[in-house]
This record gives sequence, structure tokens and C-alpha cells, in this order.
Amino acid sequence: MNLNMMSSPYKHSHKSLTSVMMLVTLAAVPGILAQCYFFGAGVLIQLALALVCVTLFEAGVLYLRGRKIWHTLQDGSAWLTGLLLAVSIPPLAPWWVIVIGTFFAIVFVKQLYGGLGGNLFNPAMAGYVLLLVSFPVQMTSWLPPAELMHHQVGLLDELSMIFSNYSQSGYSLEQLRSNVDGITMATPLDTLRTDVSHGLTVAESMTKPVFTETAGLGWQWVNAAYLLGGLFLLQQRVINWHIPVAMLAALSLCASIGYIFDSGNQPGLAFHLLSGATMLGAFFIATDPVSASTTNRGRLIYGAAIGVIVYLIRSFGGYPDAVAFAVLLMNMAVPLIDHYTQPRTYGYGAKS
Amino acid sequence: MDSLLARISRGQLWPSPGGVHPAVNKSQSNSLPIHILPLPPRLVLPVKQHIGAQGHLLVNVHEQVLKGQALTKPHANWSVPVHAPTSGRIVDITPMPSAHPSALPELSIIIEPDGEDRWCELVPHPNYRELTAERLIDILHFAGISGMGGAGFPTYIKASTKQQIEVLIINGAECEPYISADDVLMQAHSDEIVRGIEVLRHLLQPKITLIAIEDDKPKAIAAMEQACASIEDMQVRAIPTKYPSGGEKQLIQILTSKEVPAGGIPADIGVLVQNIGTMYAVQQAVELGKPLIERVVTVTGDTLAEQRNVWALLGTEVKHLLAQQDFTPEPMQRVIMGGPMMGFTLPTVRIPVVKTTNCILAPSEAEMPFPGEERACIRCSACADACPASLLPQQLQWFAKTKEYKKLEEHKLFDCIECGACAYVCPSEIPLVQYYRVAKAEIREQQIEQIKSDRAKERFEARKERLEREQEERRNRHKRPSRSKEQDTQSKEKVAEALARVKSKQADKGADKDKVAAAIARAKAKKAGEQLEPDNSEVAQERAARKEQARLYKEQKQQADTAEPVAADDKKAAVAAAIARAKAKKAAQAAETEAPAQDDKKAAVAAAIARAKAKKAAQAEDADAPAQDDKKTAVAAAIARAKAKKAAQAAEADEAKVETNDDANSAAAPQSEEDKKKAAVAAAIARAKAKKAAQAADAAKTETAQGEATQDKPNEEATAFDAQSSAEDKKKAAVAAAIARAKAKKAAQAADAAKTETAQGEATQDKPNEGAKALDAQSSAEDKKKAAVAAAIARAKAKKAARDAQNKPDQEDPS
Amino acid sequence: MMILFYALCALGLLALIFGVILGFAAVRFRVESDPIVEQIDAILPQTQCGQCGYPGCRPYAEAIANGDDVNKCPPGGEATVKKLADLMGVEATPLAGGEQAEPEKKVAYIREDECIGCTKCIQACPVDAIVGATRQMHTVLIDECTGCDLCVDPCPVDCIDMVPVAQTKQTWKWQLQAIPVTQID
Repeated sequence: MNLNMMSSPYKHSHKSLTSVMMLVTLAAVPGILAQCYFFGAGVLIQLALALVCVTLFEAGVLYLRGRKIWHTLQDGSAWLTGLLLAVSIPPLAPWWVIVIGTFFAIVFVKQLYGGLGGNLFNPAMAGYVLLLVSFPVQMTSWLPPAELMHHQVGLLDELSMIFSNYSQSGYSLEQLRSNVDGITMATPLDTLRTDVSHGLTVAESMTKPVFTETAGLGWQWVNAAYLLGGLFLLQQRVINWHIPVAMLAALSLCASIGYIFDSGNQPGLAFHLLSGATMLGAFFIATDPVSASTTNRGRLIYGAAIGVIVYLIRSFGGYPDAVAFAVLLMNMAVPLIDHYTQPRTYGYGAKS
Repeated sequence: MDSLLARISRGQLWPSPGGVHPAVNKSQSNSLPIHILPLPPRLVLPVKQHIGAQGHLLVNVHEQVLKGQALTKPHANWSVPVHAPTSGRIVDITPMPSAHPSALPELSIIIEPDGEDRWCELVPHPNYRELTAERLIDILHFAGISGMGGAGFPTYIKASTKQQIEVLIINGAECEPYISADDVLMQAHSDEIVRGIEVLRHLLQPKITLIAIEDDKPKAIAAMEQACASIEDMQVRAIPTKYPSGGEKQLIQILTSKEVPAGGIPADIGVLVQNIGTMYAVQQAVELGKPLIERVVTVTGDTLAEQRNVWALLGTEVKHLLAQQDFTPEPMQRVIMGGPMMGFTLPTVRIPVVKTTNCILAPSEAEMPFPGEERACIRCSACADACPASLLPQQLQWFAKTKEYKKLEEHKLFDCIECGACAYVCPSEIPLVQYYRVAKAEIREQQIEQIKSDRAKERFEARKERLEREQEERRNRHKRPSRSKEQDTQSKEKVAEALARVKSKQADKGADKDKVAAAIARAKAKKAGEQLEPDNSEVAQERAARKEQARLYKEQKQQADTAEPVAADDKKAAVAAAIARAKAKKAAQAAETEAPAQDDKKAAVAAAIARAKAKKAAQAEDADAPAQDDKKTAVAAAIARAKAKKAAQAAEADEAKVETNDDANSAAAPQSEEDKKKAAVAAAIARAKAKKAAQAADAAKTETAQGEATQDKPNEEATAFDAQSSAEDKKKAAVAAAIARAKAKKAAQAADAAKTETAQGEATQDKPNEGAKALDAQSSAEDKKKAAVAAAIARAKAKKAARDAQNKPDQEDPS
Repeated sequence: MMILFYALCALGLLALIFGVILGFAAVRFRVESDPIVEQIDAILPQTQCGQCGYPGCRPYAEAIANGDDVNKCPPGGEATVKKLADLMGVEATPLAGGEQAEPEKKVAYIREDECIGCTKCIQACPVDAIVGATRQMHTVLIDECTGCDLCVDPCPVDCIDMVPVAQTKQTWKWQLQAIPVTQID
């Protein structure tokens, strides 16, 4: 009789990499649906394109590196990267935007650093930042919510927009983004910062149609949907509470202080929490385990620092939103944070 | 604020970090009573079943033993005896696969039971309270009791601690899934266990005694509570079910909030932990006088028809345990000793139950699926959350994979208790614990190596110092008054000659690393004022030659070996061979030591004689062989071979000497009169001679006289050319040298035909050596700078010549 | 012209100040470290076997410090080469002579009934790990033997063998797939 030799333990929790990635994807569904509802189904087209691209790029690099292609693809990390990038860019961005973004994210940011687990930066966010600095026009051309749109667009229109820059009825993206008065509508964050820089107060700016009483029209619900997905992830113990809580708390704190001291130029707490990529960033992006801090104390520092940086860039920086920059900046600080936040090991410096 | 002790006794529990909650799987085995197994066909008792040293054997093979009879006697610290689990006969005492993950063989006593199960005389001590502490500890010691929870720490050592114990913890947590041995023991023998605890309490006088049981064992908790209800300061504590709360350190943390300091033991913080099974054994040993010969083992897993706890005699093979429960193995079956989290797989079922074996687990594949392929770590730190020691397992894993041992120690790898919680939760299914174990073993080995290398260095330096001192003394003894300059140059030359001789000797002999001689030679060289460049190529060559020689040796030895077994009994033959070899070497050495002292002529004569001897020896061998019987032949052959070899060596050595002397002379002479170019010519000649000599030497080795005969001719011719060339002009000399080389080559070819392969190898190796040496000698006469340059060129040339000699003999430019 | 002069003066002054600061820092914050030879020597396995071509580990350490190759130490194996390469900032090259990467650990063993008591091996041993006297049997102190095999060749009767060090539970490194099992049934 030949007995099989193995190393202990022989039991496993049955939680696998694939199941973790699947849960994250599942948790993103409400947010994607909300985006579809308010901004049209373009995000689905971008998503499909992104998934195809990441699969091809990942497989290609794995082939070149001589790794097992299917086995590695199965971990689902590449698809998650594609998903996060696709929901981050404007839904009607030209097709090559997502292709370039996924290529950079997968090939340069992830695989050239050694593949999953070896990357220093969050691939999706690095891809996003590359696109943002390279193609600022395309990357900031967000459609206003459907109810504000002068011309209604269907799925076929969006397909046509993405691949030929014009809708089926011949409108360009600029035309679609214009309101009845012919003025281009920007995202709430963008509108606010432009207005404030033109000397308007926040209250005056907030009377514009892209806003509701609390935050941006449509955007607040998208954020709420991602918050819901995030709570699901917490409940499933896929992510730890430290990073999202620290990030949102820090952002809230900064926003509150800013509002108290300068309510004319600073939007309130709710606006910060429910605008832009706040919730997506807090639950889906900053929590990427590979590029985030790994100790609990470190996670608190990491999350809080992201919150502060997001606030600073939104309020005083040159870009309307800042989650991607904040995450990348803190990614760089992770090794340092980890080094100084090692937990106290059993038996060291305990009371005796 | 209450004192800690008050809070402990009030029943407060503290949290411990990390931990996991795997399915406990204990219901299969914990409801049935403890089964008593029939006697196995044989018992394999490892002599050492605990941490520490093994005892002295008290019994011999074929001896009859009684149940409970001591088989070993403790002698050193930490050694614990083993006892016969039943009466029977000792059939063997031999290394057998051990109950260890490596299954490396360990000395074991194999007993064949006689079926009578007859006890030896037992000495019970029901009134142990009247005994002295030393006597009581001796009883525990001689009963062979060591920790039965896992590590196997000798109990008598724990019981004799000098530190004040405040909290005595009896560990009945049994946190690992599947295992229920302590559970059923507590259900069935709670009174005995409590009496065992009383013994320890009597010895240690703790302020409070806690019996910790996980709250998934209500029956055991009830039984124990009932048994100790009347005893003051002894409490049963139900602790939350969590793996690994039964780990010693974790249990202490949960019950007392204290942490065992790193590198310390629980007694340092006034805590002592004992296992339930150990307490039962203590009671049996003290009150009944029974040594530790059996224990409860959980035999479980879905491949068994019946899963339950059994009383297993120590030494019972796992095979017997499984067979009694109707074991139906699957393909790729695993049999695990211990639990599913920390147990180890057995390579064979013929491994005995030992004092620390609490579970035999034979799972089906459906029950414990094989792990999937390892994936990349995503640093999710689920492992860090699960780690009961608050380590960072994912960091450790990176460092273990890249073998960064220093980093591993910085991240406190050695505080890992290998509980397996990290690997249990890892979504990438990385076998983390295996990485840590390998890394730990590597680090331990490196530490041992470091200590060893430090000691080696120390010893080496001490020896060097000693040798230098001795040499210094010797030199002082031989010191002479200073001479005139002229004499000095003369002596320099002499020294150079000596040096050349020594060097050539080294090159020839190779294997003989008379280090002292070499050192002296080197020292002399220094004294002579010659700047010897750090010439490691020479040492390397020497070494290569030595290796070659060793190989030759081995070959000969093998030949001898193959011849001998046919002839006679091994020992005699070996002795004979050894003597022969010794003689051969001695002769060779004698010849050599003589040689340098003699003049050229004598050396030549000696060489001739040596050659003659070699021939004779070869003939003798031929003649003797057919005439005598097998035994004699073999011995004779061995001797003959040895002689032949010796002769060959002598011849070789002598010839080399002759010719190096020649070279030195001929090189030195022209220099004083002629220009450098001539010297080069001489060098070329010398090289040719060196080659020739080497071939001649080789030829002497060959067994046929023919080879030698053919070789003699080119010898003579070459000498003739020598004479000519020194007299003639440059060009002619070059031509002559070329011709000589060509001849040498022809001779070499002739010799090749007769020579063995190895000899050839040696010859080719020797050649450049000799050339180089001759040149060295020559250069020592010139001024330093020139010498260095010349030597470098010469060495290069010598090498080239050696190579060229094989294919294009007449291409070298004499300058 | 004066501007140029002032500029030069200012720059010169700055250079002087920084030079002083740097000089002070170099003295004040000097990192004490072993001389390079000591560091190299600490990495070498101290078998003193001479397989590198030098008479011992220390001379080889000195040679490395003077620029010799780092790949001449077969007893150290690839691990030592790697460490030396790291220390010296050079490329780690495979061992010279194509020796195996993980050298097997061996110690000398004297077949005592064949030993003639010549003391040659005692003289050859670089670490004095052989004990014995003239015409008396010799034996190897296994704990002190570095496995350099320098004693093997001098033995006139070839009674010294290099035997691999047996694996024990202490030296076992969890090679689970390599457990040789003698199946009894």
C-alpha cells in the first residue's frame, strides 16, 4: 500500500481566490446597474470591451512568460481589473481609451511587476491615471444623467459613439453633453469647482440642474449602490473594515472642518461622500489587497491618508476627483507603513 | 481593581488573537466507550519517545520480559525510560521507522507478546503524601511519563520546577478537529484524572488549578465538574471553541491574560500546563505503580467502518489499529498521526503508537480533499488575521520563498507554532506551514554550520600559528653567518635549483602534498629574493594532478579488489594490499628524497635501475602468475602491481629531477654568456626534454618491454640534438628544437599505443608543469622584473607547446 | 566683472561650507564595518580545503578582496557564491569546474583496522581534526572534520574514506516527497 505524503494542515476553509474575486464582482453589480440607469448602457459596452481586452492581454503576457494561462486567468484578478477600469471611465469614451487603459494596467502595472501579488500599484487605478493625464478631454467627457439630456441615446447610439465618435443620428459627444441652452454639462464635481473658481458660492452653484439638494444628480445613487455592494463585501468578510472606514471617516472629518470654516467655497459632508468615485474607491479600489497595507494598524493609516488626499485634491488640486491619485500615492507608501506597523508578536513586551 | 489572581479565580476569560473555526468532527468518535484492542502480533517500542535523551538499554535480544518491566534506564538529564507494554520475548533491537514526520529509523525494541499479559511486580504508593518530593518525582520519572499532548516533554522535569507556580492549568481543550481522546478519557476516568492532578498539586502547591475544556464537550465538562466539586481552588473552565485555543501559549493567554515571553517557558510567569492524559498516567503511576505503557488513541476517518477511541499499548503498529476498525484504503490514501491541522502523514502503516500519539486519522478524499494548485499570494492577510501569534504569515512566506533568512528571523519566524491556521484560511491554497518548516530547518542548519565554521577557523588559525612557530624555531637553529655577495648569488642559484627540484617533485608526485616542504620551498623562494607572484594556477594544477593520482589509485584499488575476493578472504588480502601499497609509497618516497641529493649521473642511473625494476616486476608478474595457486597469485599480483607503480613513480620522479637539473644548468649557463634569445632556445630545448622525459617515464609504466624499447631511441636522439643546439646558432637551434618536438611527439604516439588512458592523461598534464618549472628555475637567476616577464611568457609557451605538440609541432617562434 | 567675482566668491564659499559639512558628517557618522576581508572570510565555509587554489579560506578571502573570482569555493556551494557576489557587487557566476550547486556534506572516516599509524593524515589536516600517534591507530573527530578531503591522498594505505553525513531528525528538512520507505509488507 502506498500512502500519500502531505504537509499539514489537511483541511481548508474552501475560500479560494476565484471565489473572492467572484464575490467582489457580484458586489459591484448594484453600482453598475445604477450607472446604467442614470448614464445609459454605455458602461456595459465598455465593460464587455474591457473584459475581452484584459483576457487577451493577460493571456498574451502569460504565454510570453511561460506560465499556465488558463490556471492563472481563473483567479479572476484580471477580469476584476478590467471591471474596475470600465466603470471608472466615461461610458461613451472612444473604444481605444479602454484598450490602452487595460493594456497599460495588465501588461505594465501588473505583469511586468511579476503578475498578481507582485504589483506595487493598483493596476486599474494606474491605468485610469495614465488615461486621465494622456487623454484629459475623453476622460472627462461624462454624459449628464439621462433625465437632463437633450437628445436621448439608445444602446445602438452608444455603440456607434464608442466606435465612430458619432451617434446614429449624427450627433457628436459634445452635442449630446449640451443642454437646451447649448452649454456643455459637466459632472457635479467639475461643475462645482469651475463655478467656485469663477467666484460663485457653493450654494449658488448647487442650484444648477446637475445637483440635487445633497449631491450630484444620479451620482449620489451610484455611490449609494456601491456602498451597498461594499457592505455586502464586509458582511462576507472579503474585505476588512479598516480601510473603508478609515478613508470615509477621514474624508468626512476633513469635509466637515472645511465646511465649518469656509462654507461658501466648500461643499458639505454629504456631497463629498456621495460624489465621484468615493464609495467605489473606499470599498472596491483602496481595499485591493495586493497594493494595500497588510497590517490592521497600517490599513487604518493607509485608508485615512487616502481620505485626506482625496479631500485635498478635490478642494485645492487641479483635478475634480482624486481617488485614483490618492490610491496610487498611498500605494507607494505601503511598504513603509507595513514596516512600521507590524503587530506585536505573542510573547514580546507583554505584561508579565 | 482586583488582583489578576482574583479575576482568574472569578472565571474571567481573555481573548486570544487570531484563530479559526474548522468543523470539529468529534461526534463520530466521542460517544462510544473506549474500546480495548486485542493484543497485536508484535510491538515496536522506540527507545526515545519524548524530547530529550534516550535511556540505556537494560535488556537483550531474546530476553523474556514481563508487562511493565523497564526496558531502558534513564542516565542523563531529560531521559525517560520505556517499559514493556505486555509480557513477551524481545525478538530484535534495531532501528525502525519512527513516529516522526521524517519516519527516519530510530532504535526500537521489538517485542513478541506471549499472550499471557503477566505483570511484573508493581509498587503502589496510595499514601504518596508521606513521601518526599524527590521520591515522588523519581516515581514519575521512572514510570516513563512524558507529556501526552504533543511535544512529549518529560513530566518529571516540569514537576520539579524550582519556580513558584501560581496557576496550574490542566489542558483538556483538545481544540484540534477529530480528536476526542481526552474527551472520552475525561468522561470515563474523571476521578482518576482529578487524583492525578492532586499529586501534582501536592508537588507544586499552586494557588489555583484550572481545568480548561472547550465548550463543545459538555459531557466531559460535567464529569470533571462533578469529580472536582469538593476540591478547593480547582475549577473547571469552559472556554470558547476555537482552534488553536488548546495550544499551550494560547490557553495561558485565554485563562490568565499572561503571555509566555518569547524564548521562555510558562513557569517563567508562574504557570504550568499539563495534559489530561498525562494526569491520568500520573495517577496510575503513583497510586497503582503502573508505568506508562498504554494510552487512549482516537482512530477516526471516513475510510474506517468504526470510528472510536481505543486503549492502545505503546508500540502497537498503526496497521493493527486500522485493521481492527475495518480499514478500506482508497487510492492516494493518507494516514495521519495526529489531527488534521498539525498531524503528519505516515509513509507506512508499520509505525508504532508512541507516548505522544493521540489520534490516527485515515480520511477519505471526499472528507479532506486534496489541495488545489498553489496560486499567487494576493497579500489579503487573511492569514495574519488567523494567526494566533500575531505574526505576518504572508510576509514570512515571501521571505521563505526567496530564502531571506535574516528577514525571517526579524519577522519572528521562530515564534510560529505551526498551528496551520494560516494555511487553512489561505485563498491561494499556499502551503504556508510547509514553507516555514523548511525555512526553520534551513536556518537551524545554517546556525549549526556557522558555529562549526567558526570553530574550524579557530582551529585552522591555531594550527597555522603552531606551524609557523615550529618553522621559526627550526630556522633559528640553522642560521649561519652572512656571506659575501658573490656567495650570496651562488647560494641564490642553489636555492633556485632546490626550488626547481621541489617544484618538479610536487608536479610529479602530485598526490604527495608534503605541505611543510612546500611551505619551506616557498619560504626559501622568498629568501632568495625572488618575487613569486601569487601563483594559484600552480596550486590548482597540483590539485588536479593529485586528483588524477587519486583516481589512478582508486582504479588500481578496484583492480586489486576484483582480484582479491576470488583469491582469499577479504581481510588478509586487504592487509596484504595495504602493506604492498605502503611499501610502494615508501619506496617511491625514498627514491625521491634521495634523488635531489645526488648528482645528475646518479639520478640517471637510479632512473635506469628503476626502469629495470619495473620491467622485472612486470616480468615477474607474468612469470609468477600461471605457476601458482589462486591465493598466492592474487597477493603476488597486488604486490607486483604495487612495485610496478612504485618503480614507475621512482622513475618518473628521477627523470624529472635529472632533466630539471639539466635545464636549470643549461638555462643558467647560457644566460651569463649569451643573449636572451639563446635562453629562449634553451628553454625550448628544455621543454622538448621535459616532454621526452615524461614520455620515458610513462613508458616505464607500461607492462610491455616493447614500449620502452621504442622509446629509448628518441631519447638518445633528443640528447644528441641538445648537444648540437647549444653550440649552433639561433636558427638552427630553433629547427633543432622543432625536430626534437616532432620526435617527442612521435615518441609520445608510440608510447600512447602501449599506455593506458589514464597514464596518458597524466603525461599530458605533467608536461606543461615541467616546462613551466624549468623556466621558473631559469628565471630565478635573472633580475626580478625580467624573471617575472620571462616566467609569464614561458608559462604561456609551455602550455602552447604542450598543445601544439599534438598537432602542429613546428610553428613556434623561439623568441 | 564684479558680479562675476561675487558669484565666484559666493559659490566658492558655499562649496567650502558644504565641504566642511560633508567632511564632518563623514567623520561623525562613519558606519563602522568589518574590513572587507573579514566579511568575506565570515561567508566562506572555513573548510580550509584549498580547492580554491589558495592555502586556506583566509588567503582566498584576501584574494577575493583583491579582485579574484567569487566562484571558486565548491564546499560553499551556490549559496556562498551568491553571498559573495552580493557582498562584492559582482554577478553571481556558476561554480568554477562545474561542481554541483549543493555540495553533499561529508566527513573523513578512517578504517581503523587498516590504519598503520603513519601520522601523515594528521599533518595534512588543516583543522587538527585527526587524533592519533605514531604507530597507533588514528581516528577522525567527526564534529571537527570539515570534509576538506585533504587527508585522503596522503594516506599511504588508502584507509580514509569520505562518507556522507547521515541525516538525522535534527537535520531533516521536511522533504516529504523524498522519504525512502522500506515497505515491510
